[in-house]
Amino acid sequence: MPEQLLFAMEVTLNGLMAGVLYALVALGFVLIFKASGIFNYAQGVMALFAALTLVGIQQGQVPFAHLINAVFGTEVHHFPWQVPSLIAIVLAAGVMILFAWIVEKYVLQHLIGQPDIILFMATIGLAYFMEGFGDIMWGSDIKKLDVGLPQGMNATIDQVTFDWFGYGFFIDNLDIVAAIVASLLVAALTIFSQYSKQGRALRAVADDHSAALSVGISLRFIWVLVWSIAGFVALVAGIMWGAKSGVQFSLSLIALKALPVLMLGGFTSIPGAIVGGLIIGVGEQLFEFTIGPMIGGATQNWFAYVLALIFLIFRPQGLFGEKIIERV
Amino acid sequence: MFYREAGDFKTSYRDDSQTFPIRLDRMGYYILMFVAFLVVPFFINDYWVNAVFAPFLIYAIAALGLNILTGYAGQVSLGTGGFMAVGAYASYKLMTSFPEVSILIHIILAGGITAVVGVAFGLPSLRIKGFYLAVATLAAQFFLVWVFNKVPWFYNYSASGQINAPERSVFGVIVTGPNTEAWAKYMICLVFVVVLAWVARNLTRGMMGRKWMGIRDMDIAAEIIGVNPLMAKMSAFAVSSFFVGIAGALFFTVYLGAAEAGEAFGITKSFLILFMIIIGGLGSIFGSFAGAAFMVLMPVFLKNVLVGGLGWPTDLAAHFEFMIVGGLIVVFLIVEPHGLAQLWRLTKEKLRLWPFPH
Repeated sequence: MPEQLLFAMEVTLNGLMAGVLYALVALGFVLIFKASGIFNYAQGVMALFAALTLVGIQQGQVPFAHLINAVFGTEVHHFPWQVPSLIAIVLAAGVMILFAWIVEKYVLQHLIGQPDIILFMATIGLAYFMEGFGDIMWGSDIKKLDVGLPQGMNATIDQVTFDWFGYGFFIDNLDIVAAIVASLLVAALTIFSQYSKQGRALRAVADDHSAALSVGISLRFIWVLVWSIAGFVALVAGIMWGAKSGVQFSLSLIALKALPVLMLGGFTSIPGAIVGGLIIGVGEQLFEFTIGPMIGGATQNWFAYVLALIFLIFRPQGLFGEKIIERV
Repeated sequence: MFYREAGDFKTSYRDDSQTFPIRLDRMGYYILMFVAFLVVPFFINDYWVNAVFAPFLIYAIAALGLNILTGYAGQVSLGTGGFMAVGAYASYKLMTSFPEVSILIHIILAGGITAVVGVAFGLPSLRIKGFYLAVATLAAQFFLVWVFNKVPWFYNYSASGQINAPERSVFGVIVTGPNTEAWAKYMICLVFVVVLAWVARNLTRGMMGRKWMGIRDMDIAAEIIGVNPLMAKMSAFAVSSFFVGIAGALFFTVYLGAAEAGEAFGITKSFLILFMIIIGGLGSIFGSFAGAAFMVLMPVFLKNVLVGGLGWPTDLAAHFEFMIVGGLIVVFLIVEPHGLAQLWRLTKEKLRLWPFPH
């Protein structure tokens, strides 16, 4: 097989893996949008915050150490212990649930009935708040996240493809793990929303708020629930991204890319988020590989957005979105 | 007691529809203009112009522009930073290509070029709405910044990839470059702000503004009563981008002097200006100014208090700024979705009745 084609195949595979990570972030958006009609811009920052919290707990960092030191002139930084990964993950998930509860009680409660765009801007404010809060709580230096996920090139794939094509594909183990985790997560979410009582309530709310209220479903509980789930999804996404490229501010910018993913897939569809993520992941890698060198490279910065923009002009509701019906 | 429309008789339609119908407001406005044009320039120094006045005036223009698009016409845009970059690079190319033409013309032309780009990126707004459009404008943001970083023609093939404003003067007074005096910087921004605010005020209360507001409130209904959505949306994008482009041009030529697209006009700038109009008040000219003033003054204030007063490290203060800005956005949206402008309006209502309760 020609070298170029093999290259393209490898790029495509890597793009698919990157797409899984986009899809993970996009998943959190879809969950919240379906249940509450809120376009949660803060999802990316939630992933960053969750990852920061995880690393902080794991390494036994003192929360707000920077602030305490500045105010009292002390020199605290770490507790003398380290927390095992699994417990740290559970604790971080607990923090995200607490966060969901606080957001519901102090922000969303007061914004019920406001236009969508106001809610959207409120989540932008929330994102800024969390960004500052996370940095104050855990410090803004780049942190290394290690929860024992395998990393580095997958030797088996390299060997097998070498035997087949005479050229070994480079696939990161971490990406494979991410793909598996993402599919497990989607499966779990599907089972949860199809078969559990809360899951059914969730779908009822997504379908029609007032009708759900009238049959006795507590909107407040559902919102806390869905923000908690989104927080958990953010934690998973944060772990994956953090293990890949370190826990740092740019994490929340990468998460911005989940937006075109959503637009492509449709705001209300979980399969849409996955397919959209894969399309964007593969698309931007292939575009960079084929056209990129001709026009100066670094096209990943904008390709996703422009693709989504062009796509939307022809199909405003996205691939799997519900048809938009407008009435006066 | 003093703040009354009583006794201020309007004898013509012109009087009746003036911007400041109450005498005290009018006087306040004239006094403000007097102070701004004839007092401040004599006392201003480099610190004040660079830390407060120039950013305030320039951001006020950008906020006016975004407010026209978002507050009046209801089209949310996150591409403001990208459009400011268009203004900046357009003015740079014009200044270096036609050095003999006045910089005032260059800045206005830069606004015009930005308007054309804005309309091009605004075209999708005919098909997509709400936050779909907001995300679509992100495409403009990232694409434009990338173009300015990657195409060497835009920065005249300079090795650093930066653009530097050459020295230019208006009526013999240097207004750009490192030798600019504080008052000259201030005056050129002020002149643009006053003229553009006047334009914005009169556009928004005229036929065009009413069409925009119709589209904002309910686009289908507006279309049924005869507003052409194509013209209304495109004109909103054009006018808004014109303002933002001028702001970008001034930001680069007068304020920064040297700029790099990704750094000076990144996504954070888009959000900053969006926050200005949320805090200041959507759909209000006064709100654009109030929001710009707030967002410029707050970091200066925080820095002075936290770093200067309490001796905290600067990065901690920066994080606090993030928290406070984010928190304020949420609080404003909950408590007063119409922003500072609405608070100002309420104060004036109260003042009219004072000292009586009703």
